[in-house]
Amino acid sequence: MTEAVRDSLDRCVKCTICESFCPFSKVTPLFPGPKYVGPQAERYRNAGPPVDASVDYCSGCGICTQVCPQGVKIAEINSQARARMWDERGVPLRNQLIARPSVIGKLGTPVAPLANWALRNPLLREVAHRVVGIHRHAPMPRFAGRTFQRWARRRPKGSAAKTVVYFHGCGTNYYEPAAGEMLVAVLEHNGFNVVIPPQDCCGLPLQSNGNFPAARGYVGRLVDNLAPYAREGLPIIANSTSCGLMLKREAREILGVEDEDLDTVSKQMYDVCEFLLLLHEKGELKTDFRPLALEVPYHAPCQQRGHGIGKPALDLLALVPELRVIELNVDCCGIAGTYGIKKEKYDISMAVGAQLFREIREAKAEVAACDSETCRWQIEHGSGVHAVHPIELLYRAYGLK
Amino acid sequence: MSYDVIVVGAGLAGLTAALRLAEQDKRVLVIAKGVGATHLAPSVIDVLGYAGDRRVENPRAALADLNSSHPYAHLSAERVAESLDWLIKRVPELGYQGRLDENFLLTTAVGVPKPSALVPETMADGDLRRGGKFVFVGLRGLKDFHASYLAANLARADLPVPVSARVIELDPPPGRSGDPGSLGFARRFEERQFRYWIMQALAGRLEPDEKVGFPAVLGLEQSREVWRELEGRLGRRVFEVPLLPPSAPGIRLYNALTGALRRAGARIVIGDRVTSAPSQGGRVAGINAESASRPVTYRASSYVLATGGFASGGLDLDSHGAVRETVFGLSVAGMPDAGTPMFSPRYFDFQPISGAGIAVDADMKPVDERGHVVFENLYAAGAILAGAVPWREHSGNGISLATGYAAGAAILEKSPTMSRTEARD
Repeated sequence: MTEAVRDSLDRCVKCTICESFCPFSKVTPLFPGPKYVGPQAERYRNAGPPVDASVDYCSGCGICTQVCPQGVKIAEINSQARARMWDERGVPLRNQLIARPSVIGKLGTPVAPLANWALRNPLLREVAHRVVGIHRHAPMPRFAGRTFQRWARRRPKGSAAKTVVYFHGCGTNYYEPAAGEMLVAVLEHNGFNVVIPPQDCCGLPLQSNGNFPAARGYVGRLVDNLAPYAREGLPIIANSTSCGLMLKREAREILGVEDEDLDTVSKQMYDVCEFLLLLHEKGELKTDFRPLALEVPYHAPCQQRGHGIGKPALDLLALVPELRVIELNVDCCGIAGTYGIKKEKYDISMAVGAQLFREIREAKAEVAACDSETCRWQIEHGSGVHAVHPIELLYRAYGLK
Repeated sequence: MSYDVIVVGAGLAGLTAALRLAEQDKRVLVIAKGVGATHLAPSVIDVLGYAGDRRVENPRAALADLNSSHPYAHLSAERVAESLDWLIKRVPELGYQGRLDENFLLTTAVGVPKPSALVPETMADGDLRRGGKFVFVGLRGLKDFHASYLAANLARADLPVPVSARVIELDPPPGRSGDPGSLGFARRFEERQFRYWIMQALAGRLEPDEKVGFPAVLGLEQSREVWRELEGRLGRRVFEVPLLPPSAPGIRLYNALTGALRRAGARIVIGDRVTSAPSQGGRVAGINAESASRPVTYRASSYVLATGGFASGGLDLDSHGAVRETVFGLSVAGMPDAGTPMFSPRYFDFQPISGAGIAVDADMKPVDERGHVVFENLYAAGAILAGAVPWREHSGNGISLATGYAAGAAILEKSPTMSRTEARD
């Protein structure tokens, strides 16, 4: 356990505020709550007894750490304890598999029609459920059949005066290249030259699945790709909130990576909405928005809130005429990356998300907005309402299509 | 983004100031390093419960006797009364009852009478001043409520009128959730089958004129429905007895206030510590908050400091006995004289350091040792204020509500709200 995380637990005064906010202990007795599993149990782990398996039912959403008034790194304690548990027991094959999105992406993309068919074939899903442990009903993204990287490489070189770097992550690369293209268009519309370096997974899924050594390897390679730009002082823009957060903080705080290049990249990393709002504050964001007569429920994902930047999407979308955004006040959609697709956790994940799904359905909107890709897939699965990244709404309001 | 007002702290004082301003169309940001004490306190508003060792019956009258350094001394009784009325209207879903001219007398979970000016509707019928026959329902498995202990202590308590108390212990079936605490039970009370079980178990065991006391776990989101259904089906007055943290009634208050804030368009950021606040020309120029990778600066015309006292980190005492205010570096008043002890050896005795805090003027603006306003656009409210000993006086939530309200009012008086379009011109 890293020292900063371990030290923070002495600040726990057992006030139980984290317990009252945990979306997971609320719906399942399998997770006894962040305080019990975190600061309380950790005191006994120092001497070396094996970690209680209940920590695996923590999703890592991080809400406990956000609400803790004493600064205890509760979610981080739990993530590190989970890694120790899986280190002692060996990470199961299923977790090794689903935690490598770029490997899955590379395998699935060339055979996208077949892969998409397989992912939606009830018989094969039943087999995957029983043999691999991926829940038969879990939401699965569709392979786009092309990669964002390929599009990026074929793009003509920009000549704008200002340059930003785009860290798109695996979701954009293999499943939602169109989302990446929209982001690039929005940035170019605002006068930026967008550099898209080659890049692989950030290691977050491996971190959540308890394989820290492999996760550190991914972080190291990604940082090598991004650091040259960060050293030049260029902003690095991410549209995946969880992958952005990985480089901003979690690689350092949870994986314990101590690396000067990582620190440089961290300081240059911006969530795309954070970046655009800062631009707006300087009076440099184009506001030539067309009216968008829509009512859109907006869910800020847990990992977005982990950035500690408020909810910039709300302020950005407020700039669009006739667009009415409803801020949903639900803590979590339940998916937590790969948590909700596991056979033994799917029902928990759906129970956590139930309130969010209900509120989105009740809003009777044609589209919902959410910053994180896995959360959008979960929202569509749970509510039946199409969900987009806030940038897609800006793209439409700019009239870029 | 720039705001009209930034409130640092999300306890009762901060949320009150923020809502007072947001409902008048101010652009408000609430920023806090975590959730405040609303989740821990029972949600009753104690304005003044004790004056010395004397239990207060009429807080309005007793306010006049406080010394001039007490937070209430900066406010007129009218303003305190106004803040109570405001809360009653602002969170109608909690059905607050009471006024400044008298104190309810509720029982705590250990059977100690507790004076309080404003109580949620789910607790009002527990008023011991009205006397009568009380029956307390124990729920086996709920580790923080022991009905027999409560009833035994109540029998020995100093009460204005005779009260009888007896106990019914229930042994409810185990629930889905593994949480044996008050939260787990509060969630179970929102399940129809669980309430049905409770009502079946009590059927035929209540006397006609008894008032039925439950631990304060009658729901979180739907407490009004739960409470009304129990009253209706049992055909008796039903009331809640406040418990140890986590406090279901406190969570309801937090949800009601933050919900109203969101509807009024305010922004709430929980989880970011404010680390420093640059100033310029006698004014606060902004606040710097931690984010995941670098400090973020937020700016506003006015700022409210509502970070609480030592317990929540608004004030910090180091091992050398040096005390500091952690956001703006304000000077701390009310410290014991140099060379005299800060603490008494016995925990529940008066602690000399307990009155430490920020001194303010009549506008709730922090002042220095000479009584001069420190920053023209900074206001302070709540537990960080100097001069009160809330846990002895039973004045904590009252001070937070009244001073939060007053800070909001002072900002509104200084810059009355224009409509949004006018403000932009």
